[in-house]
Amino acid sequence: MAEIKVIKRPQLSLGDKLYLPAIAKGLFLTFTHAISSLRGTTRGAKKMRSSGLGVTMQYPEEKWDDSLPEYYRGVPALVTNEEDREKCVSCQLCEFICPPKAIKITPGEIPSDDPWAKVEKRPQAFDIDMTRCIYCGMCEEVCPEEAIFLRKDYVVTGSDRSEMVHDKDRLYEIGGKRVGLVNKWNDLK
Amino acid sequence: MDPFFIFITVVKIITITFLVVLPMVAYAVYAERRFSAILQDRVGPNRTMIPLKIFGAKKDLNLPLGGLTQPIADGIKFLLKEDFTPNHVRKPFYWLAPALTMVPSLVTVAVVPFGSDLRLGDRIIPLSVADINIGPLFVFAVSSLAVYGITLAGWASNSKYSFFGGVRACAQMISYEIALGLSIIPILLIMGELNLNEIVKYQAANGWLIFPFWGEGLSLKGFLLLIPCLISFIIFTVSIFAETNRMPFDLPECETELVGGYHTEYSSMKFALFFLGEYAAMIVGSALIVTLFLGGWSLPFGWSESEFMSSGSIPAALIHVGCFLTKVIAFILFFIWVRWSVPRVRYDQLMKLGWVVFFEAALVNVFLTAFILYYVR
Repeated sequence: MAEIKVIKRPQLSLGDKLYLPAIAKGLFLTFTHAISSLRGTTRGAKKMRSSGLGVTMQYPEEKWDDSLPEYYRGVPALVTNEEDREKCVSCQLCEFICPPKAIKITPGEIPSDDPWAKVEKRPQAFDIDMTRCIYCGMCEEVCPEEAIFLRKDYVVTGSDRSEMVHDKDRLYEIGGKRVGLVNKWNDLK
Repeated sequence: MDPFFIFITVVKIITITFLVVLPMVAYAVYAERRFSAILQDRVGPNRTMIPLKIFGAKKDLNLPLGGLTQPIADGIKFLLKEDFTPNHVRKPFYWLAPALTMVPSLVTVAVVPFGSDLRLGDRIIPLSVADINIGPLFVFAVSSLAVYGITLAGWASNSKYSFFGGVRACAQMISYEIALGLSIIPILLIMGELNLNEIVKYQAANGWLIFPFWGEGLSLKGFLLLIPCLISFIIFTVSIFAETNRMPFDLPECETELVGGYHTEYSSMKFALFFLGEYAAMIVGSALIVTLFLGGWSLPFGWSESEFMSSGSIPAALIHVGCFLTKVIAFILFFIWVRWSVPRVRYDQLMKLGWVVFFEAALVNVFLTAFILYYVR
């Protein structure tokens, strides 16, 4: 036999049954909360204080930047090494792994008179379509050269689609120089 | 007809509609958003500015208005948005419905006395558009028509959510309308009067119906009559909440269940008409409650009976108008406060409340009032 569990229903007082006292109680509660909200003394108001009223962050004036976590994934960008060499060797692994197919690479050969001729390849063009990018970080994960990184920037704006495509110059501008662990092409090793 | 009468009526219509009611509607929306924000620890619309850049100026004018220009921005947005008519709607009714919601609310304003009579020379000008002797009856007759707008919108939209909204509006109207009508019979018994201006004048002399602490209200009869008056006040107020489709009873547009309810398929200015109609109905409802139970434009403690206030001079009339608007605004804030405090009731709970509780209570209340009036001298 299944055990029958009898759940005790709450006993309603006369005030509860009449509705109106309960509603008055609720109105009083929200009113006191409104007053403490205006005075900035609601529970947790100090911890979450930002705008002076409530917990809303006043966005363009205040930003998340200071409290972004270490692992935050923002826009992807290309980096150069300490000797200003483009780290990317256009192996196209990131292009193949990219789930939304946001990356498009045109590989190019490095001419033999270039000091970095031994690297053999670098991208001729490197476009990331930011309207497609999902900030998953797979490109960073897969890159054998540690050439692509997800930065902490998150403000990507543009007034049309072509502005939302980051080309090679833009990607290096965002990425800048990064002293990496991959030193196989350097004279430092 | 007297040309002066026609002129003054046109002036009153334009002033009351375009300088009092419509701005109040716009700012009631703003007040709703800011007040709810305060109640919920949010900020609300606080940074609308005047975009002078559009007109060629160098900088936008960023005054610390606290978002007071928000209603203007909202209005412009409604005007500029695409007015989309879906293919599957029944066009004539679809176009008619928004107007049918907005018009009754604005027409009802006609009988509300906004202030004491103004004396210009030897003419006496009542500060309501139509000073008719069937005030409350006119209000009920016209304001009930608003439900046709909602039902037609639900029907004409030809979509199931809208349809449910329309059906609910109908059923809701049937269940509270009787209680609404019956609840003011005690007032009519006490006053023996159906002219809203006279009702206010009676209250100015003998104490507001739910605050009778001067004049004849101070007698035993006055205190005994307070009981039926309070009962009618509660029934009337709750029914007005249902009539205006405000929060505990906003079943026709119940967002959580019916997407947007009866206005799911509407956009742009047609949606705005529904929206404004709802707020206009709220303002008219507040004005009615204030007129019937809280002494309309009169000052408390019989101050309106003094020689200066009853002289009909312009400052006295202005003070009375201010008094009326203060009461109405306080009541609108009460409406907003209730909306953000009380959860929506279930459909059958509203019907039960209307049919089983309020209808009987209002009926008993009529007899109680008659009994007190007959036996207590």
